[in-house]
Amino acid sequence: MATARVVIVGAGPAGVRCAETLLAAGIKPILIDENRRDGGQIYRRQPQGFTRDYTTLYGSEAAKARDLHESFDRLRGAIDYRPDTLVWNLTPGQLCCASQGRHSTVDYDALILCTGATDRLMPIEGWQLAGTYSLGGAQIALKNQAVSIGHRVVFMGSGPLLYLVASQYVKAGAEVAAVLDTSPLSLRLKALPKLLARPGLLFTGIKLLAQLYRARVAVHLGIKPLQVMGDAANGVGGVRFTAGNGRTVTVQADAVALGYHLRPETQLGDLAGCTMAFDQASSQWWLATDDAGRTSVKGVYAAGDGSKIRGADAAEHAGRLVALALLEDLQQPVDAGLRDEQQQALAVMDQFRLGLAQAFPWPSEQAKALPDSAIVCRCEMISAGELRRTVNEKGACEVNRAKAFSRVGMGRCQGRYCSQAGAEVIAAEAGVPVQEVGRQRGQAPVKPLSMLTEEVSS
Amino acid sequence: MKGRFVRLAEQGRPTVNLIVDGAPIEALQGDTLMVALLTQGNALRQSEFDTGRRAGFCLMGACQDCWVWTRSGERLRACSNEVRDGLDIVTTQPEATWPLHG
Repeated sequence: MATARVVIVGAGPAGVRCAETLLAAGIKPILIDENRRDGGQIYRRQPQGFTRDYTTLYGSEAAKARDLHESFDRLRGAIDYRPDTLVWNLTPGQLCCASQGRHSTVDYDALILCTGATDRLMPIEGWQLAGTYSLGGAQIALKNQAVSIGHRVVFMGSGPLLYLVASQYVKAGAEVAAVLDTSPLSLRLKALPKLLARPGLLFTGIKLLAQLYRARVAVHLGIKPLQVMGDAANGVGGVRFTAGNGRTVTVQADAVALGYHLRPETQLGDLAGCTMAFDQASSQWWLATDDAGRTSVKGVYAAGDGSKIRGADAAEHAGRLVALALLEDLQQPVDAGLRDEQQQALAVMDQFRLGLAQAFPWPSEQAKALPDSAIVCRCEMISAGELRRTVNEKGACEVNRAKAFSRVGMGRCQGRYCSQAGAEVIAAEAGVPVQEVGRQRGQAPVKPLSMLTEEVSS
Repeated sequence: MKGRFVRLAEQGRPTVNLIVDGAPIEALQGDTLMVALLTQGNALRQSEFDTGRRAGFCLMGACQDCWVWTRSGERLRACSNEVRDGLDIVTTQPEATWPLHG
């Protein structure tokens, strides 16, 4: 079955390494990507005409970024690469795509989802104000466009990205007003044994923190976010939080970068009928796969942060590994040495991932503490109080039911930025663990489509 | 009006001229619409559900909080579309007006 039609969705680290491995085995995949250029989010390429070098753009990850881009440039002519194309739905054996206002279908025998992740958000009173951005968004502004999201920026949330982006802002000459981490130092120390699985990366993290202290940026650990201050017309004016010592502190700023690590983009796998699993360590649902990336649906595979959040390095390994799994399933010869190498690397990264989850936990308790007036759904301005009422008055203790009553998760972001926090609000109100309130089902189209989209024959 | 975004580098690019809500603005080649608009103003659009102004959120095409429109009615995500000479952008929703929420 050397002529199997193999489609990869996503041209980030996982998708590119997957395509490369398949091509080396004589399979020419179709690689569909929503972005205009390869690299995904983490190794996003700057537009043509920009001149910053790899070190300026990617810092400690410069060599990896260059290697991935150069690998892709070598592949590009040999595969069927379709950038600027959104896969918005699928049926067994067929993808529905939209590109530049045109709809088309793509048939597949094997589908490999390398769909990546977005920021994971916990609401805070006032986060709907203009000038609040996701942490990943703040990084894209700098990396892709060489701009800061504001004149004076607060970084708030938790996770490695918080320190990475803040230090990148400092280095680029932006004014960083404060770095506010909800995780206390004690959790980081407890997680040390697991984090030592990757001493190099741990050291990079410590260096980032040292850079922030050297630049005299105020870094607070173990904070509780209270409010993004400001007004509807002008947007963000500052941030108020409870410091580790219990004092209430206010920081003036015109921009906030907010985020708590990442959540996977699982909608296509969900629509394909793949089983999802609740990951206790990170307290979120993702695609259930075997160690090599096979989902529960025959012919559908997944790799990278779109199936399991382990970061860009793991995504490269998982991309190669999933390609080898597909080759094996197609009864093709597989390089056992290459497979073992990927599996060993991923075992170390799994250990590190557990360390990160322990060191920078998802702050589920914040959902319980959210005032009724705080907005949960930014798209349609639906408050925590309204969502709680659907639990108390309508008995909607399941996420999709609560969505139907409250519209939390029904707006134009389709729950990407509210459904996890919404689930926490529902669970806290119903007094049950969050996995018992379910997860928001993926819906087609996975992103809004224009009514003007034209059908073209494939 | 003070811009929301601040340019930190890459300022030697050629300029591009476009129109936003009927007024000419100058941007740099390779700017996204979002950067072109927010280096010169503090918001992209009006929220349909409250009195707030919005300036985007995720910058990666996921949140849909940065919609703007061409004069002919085509909807664009400001974070993922680049400026072009002569582009005529409107920042108010052309199709409908919605009652404010709450």
